Amino acid sequence: MTRRVVWHAACVAALAVLLYPVAWLLTASVKPANEILSSLRLWPERVILGNYAEVLRGMAGVTVWQFLANSLIVSVGSVVGTVVSCSLAAYAFSWLRFRLRGPLFAFMVMTILLPVHVLLIPQYTIFQRLSLVDTFWPLVLPKLLATDAFFVFLIVQFMRSLPRELGDAARMDGCGPVRVFTHIVLPLSKPALVTTAIFTFIWSWNDFLSQLIYLNTPKNYTLPLALRLFIDQTSQTSYGAMMAMSVLTLVPIALFFFAFQRLLVEGVATSGLNG
Amino acid sequence: MAAQQTVPQVDPGPRGVTASRGPRRQRPSERPGIAYLFLSPWVLGALLLTIGPMLASLYLSFTDYDLFTSPGWVGWENYRNLFADDPRFLTAVWVTLKYVLISTPLKLAAALAVALLLNRPSRAQGFYRSAFYAPSLLGASVAVALVWRVMFDGGGVVDQSLTVLGVSTGGWVSNPSYALLVIVALAVWQFGAPMVIFLAGLKQIPQELYDASAVDGAGWWRQLRSVTLPMLSPVIFFNLVLETIHAFQAFTGAFVISGGRGGPVDSTLFYTLYLYQRGFTEFRMGYASAMAWVLVLVVAVITAVLFRTARLWVFYAGEEGR
Repeated sequence: MTRRVVWHAACVAALAVLLYPVAWLLTASVKPANEILSSLRLWPERVILGNYAEVLRGMAGVTVWQFLANSLIVSVGSVVGTVVSCSLAAYAFSWLRFRLRGPLFAFMVMTILLPVHVLLIPQYTIFQRLSLVDTFWPLVLPKLLATDAFFVFLIVQFMRSLPRELGDAARMDGCGPVRVFTHIVLPLSKPALVTTAIFTFIWSWNDFLSQLIYLNTPKNYTLPLALRLFIDQTSQTSYGAMMAMSVLTLVPIALFFFAFQRLLVEGVATSGLNG
Repeated sequence: MAAQQTVPQVDPGPRGVTASRGPRRQRPSERPGIAYLFLSPWVLGALLLTIGPMLASLYLSFTDYDLFTSPGWVGWENYRNLFADDPRFLTAVWVTLKYVLISTPLKLAAALAVALLLNRPSRAQGFYRSAFYAPSLLGASVAVALVWRVMFDGGGVVDQSLTVLGVSTGGWVSNPSYALLVIVALAVWQFGAPMVIFLAGLKQIPQELYDASAVDGAGWWRQLRSVTLPMLSPVIFFNLVLETIHAFQAFTGAFVISGGRGGPVDSTLFYTLYLYQRGFTEFRMGYASAMAWVLVLVVAVITAVLFRTARLWVFYAGEEGR
């Protein structure tokens, strides 16, 4: 009994330390700027909503809703592209037989570990030639071509574990590989597809480097870029508004976390997903 | 072997496919063309966005290229300049190595400690596991990096608390001796993902081993050293490889906390940040390509070294019989 109490106490204490920055962010977003840098108290002396009002006024002549819409376009586009292309490739790797399967699979796994920086400059050159810089295409198009090889791997692992007999039975009934995919493998792979979708959303929502490179004008900025613009434009006097903006950018991640925490954690535990 | 199904493997390779395929049978209805049709988006991506760009950046690394005029061949000059003529490059290498060597062990140690703490039968375990994991999802964002910057800045929470305790460090963000530690702290804070993987590994260790060692009089510490750590070593290795590769590519935290400059006095000039500055603010893209290839080679060599040393300390159960 006492052991259990001590255990809970230890867990809660560790969590309190770990989540302190999150609590600090939430309360700082409703504090006046001078209080953020002058008081150690976590709880605000008086709660103000002015920081949020300032954020909603937008910046560089662009509303916050525009930034939000841009982020959503990029993230939703990435999710659709990744789920479609990665599940197609994963089906081929796990259920179909073809000569180059071994070498191609090995190559696919290798690309998971390849630092993206070695591809950045030529990819940028390609998109620049196509006049697609400062559009959302360079951020979404690669996802349609299954460049997030990790998710191919994740879905392959899942599809391999599905019972083969189902496919054999369907083939007896005259189903070809396409029907087996759409009617059997795809519906049964839903957990892996949902995990892929959520992680793709969160990763592209948080993504900074490629958005920084490809989006140049404020009207195309996503939330992380807008936040960075905000940091550059303001001094310490707007710390409150900066924190309010930070909270707003984290809201979708928090919602996904609360809705799918079990699936997310299981996804990490079984596949070694690493944010 | 149950452990091999749930505990992630670094590279199961194509052999895994063969193993689970079952007996080979002729299926005349299955034409290979169909497989390539399913694979076509991936193949297109691999050719146009991976293999092509890899070769292109290898070529560009031997040229002088600014995006707007065509690249001019300069031979090994970019590589020579990197190591002989560019003190900021050497600084970036040093900063990144320090970051990898400090943040990776700390992050894994925190992950292992919390996984050991959580690994006991309790209905609350799932809740704690999710809560400890949460920072891994949040920590990669610009928003949280910004929180770190404000908290560790002069007058921020950390500075004030230390002043109360009688230690005066000033703002860490603007102090060249401490700025890197702010980014290390941000990385360690995200220990949740490796923790979840450790916890999954711990659950795979057979209870009999603990029972048997308890009969032999082994205490908690002895069990940790003689049962838990050896049995967990494949998972430790997996996390070590992934986190190391990951740490070499850190960017967002350094960019936000140093305002994109890598300061103060280049103390947070991460490798990728310097690459970004050279390639995308100065448009010296040949030079940046050479940097990218050096990064790929370094990561490849370090991964190979890790795999070599793995033979000395990674224990795969059921392998002794071979």
